[in-house]
Amino acid sequence: MNGALVFIDNKEIPIENEQNLLELIRKARIDLPTFCYHSELSIYGACRLCMVHVEGMGLVPACSTPPAPEMKVSTNTGEIRKMRKIIVELLLANHSQNCPTCQKSTTCQLQALAKRLGITKVRFKNQLKEMPADESSPSIVRDPNKCVLCGDCVRICSEVQSVGAIDFAYRGAQTVVIPSFGKALDQVECVNCGQCARICPTGALTPKSEVDEVWKAIHDPSKVVVAQVAPAVRVAIGEMFGLPPGTTTAGQIAAALKAIGFDKIYDTSFTADLTVLEESNEFIKRVTAGDRIPQFTSCCPAWVKFVEQYYPEFLNHLSSCRSPQQMFGALAKEMLASELKVNREDIVVVSIMPCTAKKFEAKRPEFESDGVRDVDQVLTTQELGRMIEEAGLHFKELGPESFHMPFGFKTGAGVIFGNSGGVSEAVLRYVSEKLTGQKHDAYEFTSVRGEEGIREAKLSVAGKEFTLAVVSGLGNARKVLENIQSGKVHYDLVEVMACPGGCIGGAGQPVFSDPLVKRQRTKGLYESDRMLELHKSQDNPYITELYDTFLGDVGGHKAHELLHTSYSSRKRILDEDLDISSGAEKSIDISVCFGTSCFLKGSQKLLRDILEHINVKGLDDRVNVRASFCFEKCDKGPTIKIGSRIIEGCTTEKAIEAIKREGLNLP
Amino acid sequence: METIRKFERVFEIIDQNQRSAARLIPILQAVQAEYRYLPEEILAFVATSLGISPASVFGVATFYSLFTLKPKGKYLIRVCNGTACHVKGSMGLYGAIVKKLELKDGEDSTSDMLFTVETVNCLGACGLSPAMVVNDEVYGQLTPQRVSDIIDEIVLREAHNESDAHGA
Repeated sequence: MNGALVFIDNKEIPIENEQNLLELIRKARIDLPTFCYHSELSIYGACRLCMVHVEGMGLVPACSTPPAPEMKVSTNTGEIRKMRKIIVELLLANHSQNCPTCQKSTTCQLQALAKRLGITKVRFKNQLKEMPADESSPSIVRDPNKCVLCGDCVRICSEVQSVGAIDFAYRGAQTVVIPSFGKALDQVECVNCGQCARICPTGALTPKSEVDEVWKAIHDPSKVVVAQVAPAVRVAIGEMFGLPPGTTTAGQIAAALKAIGFDKIYDTSFTADLTVLEESNEFIKRVTAGDRIPQFTSCCPAWVKFVEQYYPEFLNHLSSCRSPQQMFGALAKEMLASELKVNREDIVVVSIMPCTAKKFEAKRPEFESDGVRDVDQVLTTQELGRMIEEAGLHFKELGPESFHMPFGFKTGAGVIFGNSGGVSEAVLRYVSEKLTGQKHDAYEFTSVRGEEGIREAKLSVAGKEFTLAVVSGLGNARKVLENIQSGKVHYDLVEVMACPGGCIGGAGQPVFSDPLVKRQRTKGLYESDRMLELHKSQDNPYITELYDTFLGDVGGHKAHELLHTSYSSRKRILDEDLDISSGAEKSIDISVCFGTSCFLKGSQKLLRDILEHINVKGLDDRVNVRASFCFEKCDKGPTIKIGSRIIEGCTTEKAIEAIKREGLNLP
Repeated sequence: METIRKFERVFEIIDQNQRSAARLIPILQAVQAEYRYLPEEILAFVATSLGISPASVFGVATFYSLFTLKPKGKYLIRVCNGTACHVKGSMGLYGAIVKKLELKDGEDSTSDMLFTVETVNCLGACGLSPAMVVNDEVYGQLTPQRVSDIIDEIVLREAHNESDAHGA
């Protein structure tokens, strides 16, 4: 088949591993429009925009038609052009008409397609029945009035991320993409990675904007507004202003933030350097003691929520380090108050992140002290771009300015945190020197670099063998976890980033569809690393000073208080306890955990035995029995809760004993 | 103990279907046969047991008109509104039932959850048109008066059963 020719609009195009006509047509440099086709997702064939005429076959969708030798394909017949227009007109007739005020305006594919096809009026009456938008999530807004039902979000959530928080529901004209049971997005298993919003062709799923709150803080004279800029932002924001992907614009970002009115501009790469020291020391300690190996990275909040929901038994394998964003927030609030001579509550920390999950992370209850949030607002790269536009700044023409010290000083290790493999490499740069006690000139560990979603590297450091896995995409993370659980693989350190390619491919980044963009952004970060003077976090003089003057020892008491955290299992879906049997008033509650882990460990039999015991003893009136979907301590399941007592590793005997102890042995 | 028995039954249903996600529809049918509708918590439980996301289970449950996520009355009246029945005045029958059961706008069940009324597209009993089914019993060649009588009979029967139960 390879090498055989297909005729596309009379042009001979050779087949080279293309799986479908669409890929071949695009190779012929004809931009056939699609909504539902993405090379990273399964083929769905729903949008019908890629219909082409094949001689002898008639009209076929190019995305789901394999190429065959000698095929004669026409992409632009009168019939096809007419059909494409009708499809877009019908979509518009069922679509919200407020384009100028839509977040996706100018990056919306429906808008672009209407323009491209020369649709100047819609011949059909608008049939949209306005539905409320779901703004419950701190990360993502879901506006069903702008949905074209292409299913991209549904597939990326289940196929790439293995979460499946949203799916199609109802049918026909009532079809919507919605979380289970029509619940709000913040009540379900959504991990806030925002890949759905990244792939959504329209404004139906968009990152939630915090721009207004940030302007408000900037305009408030009593507030000192400090920015921290994440590594991945600097190689992407230029795309919004016509620069090629991967162009490093850290200096322009600093200049823009100053012009907008931020008081201090710092770099999240500084706290990434700090993370390297804390996380590497934790790793050395754990790997030496053989304690909770593999160690998982914990920089990615979507990954952390994923583990909390699906793999609570691995929670203690996560590094206890806070993410660089949260380390920055805690340090800034702790140190800047005295340094800048302002009240703690008047410091506003604004993060600029490539990520929607960082918005969720900043709002986690644990990241607050004395009622003051560590990080107040999180802007995505896109939102910062919009603020720059609103301020009327010519981004490309801005003269580069520098970040403020000390939190603006970073090494290359802190910068490569923004792409998959970067955290591992930064840790290796530290661990290799720490374990050997020698300084090395070389600093690149290219074996952890690459584009595959699961990469393995074996390294020998100071006579010790380490096996690393570098993972991006939560579906890949699930595979790796399953393999670790089944004993198929052994790793010492596992780096996980929820977004394919790492933070450079985050949902807060400028909208992109070409997968090449990620490669260029990654390249940009490695180039930044090379351009910087220092490449190893341990060489950052301001980090050394920070430990000397403020934090004390790496992994010490103060460091733990400010830079580390803990995790707990969380329910996938809130409020889904199932009442099995209800007693009279003042009855005692017995909840049996039916989370995946407990379920596999026999909670079903346990529940049966408890119910039988209650029945035999005639206690029906005095207890409420519930099936609960996962509470704590899943690693020690099956777990039940009697009254307020949690019983781990519960057996029938233990349960009956506990019921007796509640004074329920007798009728 | 009724809840317990039903929940036990869900275990059995899932086991009988080999915990296979491909058997989701038969599982939901059996669960609905047990509960007379598909309770949310049970759907979440089914999803967990089959290793699929609750959103997909919800998608299947809302796609097929056979499934219902709202509790239904003890007697489910399905009025046929297929072409033949429609021509013979099925909507008039439907209206008569709604009036008889004193259902307000948008309601399809009586407050005591004894009756639920809905229309279906074709029962395949066109020769008996207009037709309806009450639970599994088919009634044909109906008139508004006949429908009203059927409802009265059921109410009477239920009242008897109730007093019997109390008497015992």
